[in-house]
Amino acid sequence: MTEALLEVCDLVKHFPVTRGVLRGKQIGTVKAVDGLSFSIQPGETFAIVGESGCGKTTLANLILSLMPPTRGDILLRGQPISRLSPEALMLYRKSVTAVFQDPYGALNPRMRIGDVVTEPLAIHGYPRHARQQRLQEVLRAVGLSAESAQRFPHEFSGGQRQRIGIARALVLQPPLVILDEPVSSLDVSIRSQILNLLKDLQAELGISYLLISHDLATVEHMSDWIGVMYLGKLVEVGQAKAVCRQPRHPYTATLVAAATPPGRTPPWTLPIVGEVPHGLDIPSGCAFHPRCPYVQPTCRTLTPPLATVAAQRQVACHLYTDPTSAAIWPPPLPPAAA
Amino acid sequence: MARSTTPAPELVLPQPVPAHKTGLVAWGRSVFRGAPVFSLCFLTLAVACAVCAPLLAPYDPIQTNRTQTLVPPSLSAHLLGTDHLGRDILSRLIYGARISVTVGFLAVFVSGTVGTLIAVVSGVVRGWADTVLMRLTDAFLALPFLMVAVLVVSLLGPSLVNVVLVIGLLRWMTYARTIRSEVLRLTEMDFVRLARAAGARRRRLIVQHILPNIVNTLLVLGTLEVGSAVITEASLSFLGLGVPRPLPSWGTMLAEAQTYVFTAWWLPVFPGIAITLLVMASNLIGDWLRDRLDPTRRQL
Amino acid sequence: MLPDTQPSNDALLLEVRDLCTHVFTRRGVVKAVNGVSFQVRAGETLGLVGESGSGKTMTCLSILRLLPRGARIVSGEIWLQGTNLVTASEATVERVRGKQIGMVLQNALAALDPVFTIGTQVGEPLVMHQNMSWRAALRRVVELLRMVKVVAPELRLYSYPHELSGGMRQRVSSAAAIGCAPALLIADEPTTALDVTTQRQYLDLLMELQQATGMAIMFVTHDISLVGNMCDQLAVFYGGLLVEYGPRQQVLSQPSHPYTAALLQSIPQLGEPRERLPSIAGEPPDLGRLPAGCPFHPRCDAALDVCRTGEPPPVFTLAQGRQVRCWLREQDHDRSAAGSL
Repeated sequence: MTEALLEVCDLVKHFPVTRGVLRGKQIGTVKAVDGLSFSIQPGETFAIVGESGCGKTTLANLILSLMPPTRGDILLRGQPISRLSPEALMLYRKSVTAVFQDPYGALNPRMRIGDVVTEPLAIHGYPRHARQQRLQEVLRAVGLSAESAQRFPHEFSGGQRQRIGIARALVLQPPLVILDEPVSSLDVSIRSQILNLLKDLQAELGISYLLISHDLATVEHMSDWIGVMYLGKLVEVGQAKAVCRQPRHPYTATLVAAATPPGRTPPWTLPIVGEVPHGLDIPSGCAFHPRCPYVQPTCRTLTPPLATVAAQRQVACHLYTDPTSAAIWPPPLPPAAA
Repeated sequence: MARSTTPAPELVLPQPVPAHKTGLVAWGRSVFRGAPVFSLCFLTLAVACAVCAPLLAPYDPIQTNRTQTLVPPSLSAHLLGTDHLGRDILSRLIYGARISVTVGFLAVFVSGTVGTLIAVVSGVVRGWADTVLMRLTDAFLALPFLMVAVLVVSLLGPSLVNVVLVIGLLRWMTYARTIRSEVLRLTEMDFVRLARAAGARRRRLIVQHILPNIVNTLLVLGTLEVGSAVITEASLSFLGLGVPRPLPSWGTMLAEAQTYVFTAWWLPVFPGIAITLLVMASNLIGDWLRDRLDPTRRQL
Repeated sequence: MLPDTQPSNDALLLEVRDLCTHVFTRRGVVKAVNGVSFQVRAGETLGLVGESGSGKTMTCLSILRLLPRGARIVSGEIWLQGTNLVTASEATVERVRGKQIGMVLQNALAALDPVFTIGTQVGEPLVMHQNMSWRAALRRVVELLRMVKVVAPELRLYSYPHELSGGMRQRVSSAAAIGCAPALLIADEPTTALDVTTQRQYLDLLMELQQATGMAIMFVTHDISLVGNMCDQLAVFYGGLLVEYGPRQQVLSQPSHPYTAALLQSIPQLGEPRERLPSIAGEPPDLGRLPAGCPFHPRCDAALDVCRTGEPPPVFTLAQGRQVRCWLREQDHDRSAAGSL
């Protein structure tokens, strides 16, 4: 078993909500990330799927070490980042980079593209000629011409700007790149260009991706593993195609049903009820219980742990504590909800 | 980079949009598109007067002449007439431009620098520094300007430097507030997040990412504040708190003209027009700059 | 030659003929809508699909006469129940908006005024167009909120927009749009800002509303996978032109325009994993700098010489009411079918 490239161990990030003139009184906590554990192998794509408010952006910020976690740790090749010296932390920053969703906000409008892409090299002290050489290599790799380096961001279209973002993410040859909704803001006809580019780069360079997205179809196409996030917790983790074909958590099933193209029946049909609650009002017990047609009394009080229910599949749901009922899939809807 | 047997990435080589046409005329036309011509000309004239006053002024502005007092404007000798002490109005106007333009720009420079410094520290460091600095800003905003000016000038004595300092150090709050909200907005942007994730220190963030992007706002605010500074200086001089006499300032000229408003109209009218035009010019240029530099109108 | 009054066909609600809307900017003329014709029948749902800058939103804004500054309808006709909206007076159009045509826009928070309660905002068109008293209007508002599945509608009358979730705000906007029982609802990207599961709920709601009120819907979206169950007819926009039009099922299963075909191929479908997605080369066109001939030719694998020069291809009518603007389909043009539309 090869060593995991990135391992997230019981990661927790709580934001206190304060009030008062000097912000002294705490009236609540937003539990953005509430005990996340998963690992990414080298050369693989791990996708985090979830809707708004599930904590994906906070997770990205934590893995990029932009903020310290409240509890838990992130390990790169077995080394916890919370205990790294400043020099070692800089090495970590070379190893984990990101491409963000908005191609228009991701580039400093006042900097030339060449400077934008080589900025990480400059930060880490590479000499000028090495930067120029690497710039040419990386621009070619993402399909941009060499003269692009002299131009400013506003001279490029959305798709081209995303390529520039990808070039910047690759310039330090990182083993892990976080892709936060990489194509959601792009025109539909060019999304597949960027997705193909990302896949080609992965095949050629052997990088791992942490793909964060709400679009299950893209995720199934790009990823090896999927982790479904709901209100700060992982509710299901498994191999991508298997999860999409046979979701085991009711929330995953609603996502699959919503993403299933019309004209085809989803593998598990259940009624979609309600909306994602606000971060301050997370329901007790299993966070999904107010919207779940299979809700039982335990669901309201006890938070189900993420447990292995089948080969290479973990689910956090009380439906699977009883082995006999777990054998029937999809679980029959209780009469009240049907 | 390791090469494998998989096919090279799809080389869609999209060509970026060609750069603007080069050439000085084309550059000038694109930079100054839609500019308020008269305002720019007047501002240039005022700056020229300020810089080349000794060359342009026909007479000595402080030399009195008992025989030529209150001469009305005429094309033969004094173009704009003389004042009650026989000094040529036109020359005093030209030398007065020195004071007004200098004070206008220097005061803006001082307040802009102080305000930006406070705003950047406040917006980047956040936390208690932000709270303390913003409360400081509120405190300064509560100060009655004229009373403080009177206090300071009476303690330190009237001089050009003191006037610049008084105006500069009592007017930085607008910059602080506005620039701070710009800085807060910028620190939330993805490119700053990415720079931090790549390991950029604060210094780099401020110099490379924040300052270049607040230049627009600063420029617009500055040009609008120039007018305000000019009027403030004129008011101070009018009250006798500005530059010491006999240095000619447009405000001083207005003060001295009070008793002659109905008898020698050329004494208050010309400095009044000069102040009005300078303030109007700087405001119009500020408006134009704000529209021109608005990022939503940038060509894509 | 088409007659210049609307043909008396009872089922026909809206007819757009050769609509051209241009935007006049400093850099030149942008042909946002460049000769678009289509029809909407009563009770039918028309899906308008296209990317940003393809002309679908400008078409809707032209119908509503809510064009931004600098944009103008240059030619064409828009017939709505006997009135030509292009030449009608501002007063006539104001009566039409809200009463005969309702609209739901993309950003539900921007569509609702934050300083007025829900009751006021949903009730206002009722009071204005139907001369109801406020009391009667508020009663009707409660009914409308119940129709759009807002829980506890009597209490929600007094809520402010920021107190509601995104999905609920979108439903409230829709209630405001259908308040006066319009014959046509224009929904411009109504689900873009919503979560995936909320999107599905909202689309189901739209279909239910259509069943209940019998109104026609023009559903504008960039996401062709959303039109799936909803739309009867599909109109595909590219570069300011309507490049393909026809019954939804047929357009999706047998697209006749290369753009539609390539687009459908390039979108990942859940449950159909492929190793590599075929992609469309190049980028969507800049409407201010359209190429000569067909706007899609730079990206088209099958472009002929005639596609690259002159005017864009004309509308060719195919069997079963389908239309396409592509030279490749010239020989399928059914002349006899063209006259009867």
